[in-house]
Amino acid sequence: MSAHIDVTNLNVFYGKQQALTNVSISIPRQQITVIMGPSGCGKTTLLKSFNRFLELTDGTTITGAVHVDGQNIYAGDVDVTAVRKRVGLLAQRPTPLPMSIYDNVCYGMSIHQMRTSKADYTAAVQHYLELAGLWDEVKTRLHEPATSLSIGQQQRLCLARGLAVEPEVILGDEPTSALDPISSQHIEKRMLELKSQYTTVIVTHTLRQAKRLADYVIFMYMGEVVEAGVAREVFSNPQQERTRQYLEGVF
Amino acid sequence: MAQNPIQSTATTRNQRVVVASRRRTDTWARRVFFVITVLPIGLIAVVLIGLLYRSWPILSRYPLVDLLFGVDWKPSEGRFGFYSFIVGTVWVTVVGVGLAIPPCILVAIYLAEYAGARIRLLAKPILDVLAAIPPVVYGVWGLLSVVPLVETVLGPWSQQLLGFWGLFAVQQPTGFSVLAGGIVLAVMITPLIIAVIFEIFNTVPVDLRNASLAIGATRWETIQRVLLPQVMPGIIAAIVLGASRAFGETIAVLMVVGNIAQVPHSLFDAAYPLPALIANNYGEMMSIPLYDAALLCAALILLVIILLFNIFATVVLKRFVK
Repeated sequence: MSAHIDVTNLNVFYGKQQALTNVSISIPRQQITVIMGPSGCGKTTLLKSFNRFLELTDGTTITGAVHVDGQNIYAGDVDVTAVRKRVGLLAQRPTPLPMSIYDNVCYGMSIHQMRTSKADYTAAVQHYLELAGLWDEVKTRLHEPATSLSIGQQQRLCLARGLAVEPEVILGDEPTSALDPISSQHIEKRMLELKSQYTTVIVTHTLRQAKRLADYVIFMYMGEVVEAGVAREVFSNPQQERTRQYLEGVF
Repeated sequence: MAQNPIQSTATTRNQRVVVASRRRTDTWARRVFFVITVLPIGLIAVVLIGLLYRSWPILSRYPLVDLLFGVDWKPSEGRFGFYSFIVGTVWVTVVGVGLAIPPCILVAIYLAEYAGARIRLLAKPILDVLAAIPPVVYGVWGLLSVVPLVETVLGPWSQQLLGFWGLFAVQQPTGFSVLAGGIVLAVMITPLIIAVIFEIFNTVPVDLRNASLAIGATRWETIQRVLLPQVMPGIIAAIVLGASRAFGETIAVLMVVGNIAQVPHSLFDAAYPLPALIANNYGEMMSIPLYDAALLCAALILLVIILLFNIFATVVLKRFVK
């Protein structure tokens, strides 16, 4: 297994409150890694350390290193926008930008100036909407506002928008928790299809979703990594008592 | 319950009474709120009618066109032309709002999008204090600082660099001018406009910013492409609010604007806005025939200008939101 993201000795504080303690973990390339654990255990904090989203909150202190493909994204000379282009984020609730469906997909591409002609953009829009499994539903209404889509469609649009800037890593912060079961299935299906091309890291607190998606599992408790390993092994034979309790639904 | 039908019926009847009483309370609450809401609308009507009634002597005597577009203001000779006052009001307001808008938007954006919690915490009370300074203090400041600045620095510069252009030519080098009035007004309405625009930026959900940042956009790209289109109607509303305040501002403007009944042609000309006219003269020289009616007519004109401006702004805003 080759690691795509390497976390070494990561400590995160919100003010004086410690959210992550000495986290060291490796995330395998082109697989789905699921971070799980009870509420407030630091799952989302760990996830958001991968695209440098933590620093958007005032009073956050971060020590340690996160290497993506060997580059420490917390090094002084690293451009944060480049990090976020490489490491995309699918948020908990769908957040279509207040513009058309077409412009939503174009947004990142035009910011990073990734295409030159209108035709290139249009072709790319189709490509990424197809990747996200949304094309057939929206191909006749590309110039309608993105907010006119259903919630489930909006989340797939956000996926297309994220994929359009050609990231290596996709982060998902409970990306199906605001969706109905059918829409959730849609998203899960996409993630499974895309995992051969992207390294995917998902936070979830539904154990069943974790079991459906995960190749690799990280179990966290109170800001620390309790156990991490290949999903099949962790689910069938947890090494730690806490993991076993969590899997059995004790807490 | 099922085995005791008598009690059950009683309960049903009792419930019906309760429901009726709750509904009555609701109806009354609605009526009270309605009356309170209608009251201010009624108040505007009353003020309009009152002003119309008191200025009727002059409105019935002269054609409206002569009053609105006449430039002669010689009350003792019975000549009442409000044109220079109307133009003076518009000039000072436009200059004031025009000067205020760009810095206000930039400051609000900085505070809402870039500034850390500490700067925000510091800036908010300072802006509140600025908003609370009484207009007369701004007037004194204008008199002691702005007027001399216009007289000795801005005027000569402008004359030298842009003097060929009427708008910037200096004919009356006293410093008491449209520009001085505009500067004082701009400083006065700035805290209000900043506060409103800042609040409008805060109404945009954080998720939207994050969606843009997550894709690798910078703050500025996010502001430009996502936030500004969202908040534009709000910014317009904030400007309208500031302008409405500027139209009516009296004392601070009156102290620095020169108060000469003439149509200004340059930023450096003196002007005489309607509120200043009323404040300076009402209660004096009332022995002149029709003078009282003329001043109340000035008040009426001012009110109508502000009403028209607000109606216009509302229409523009509606268009924009669509």
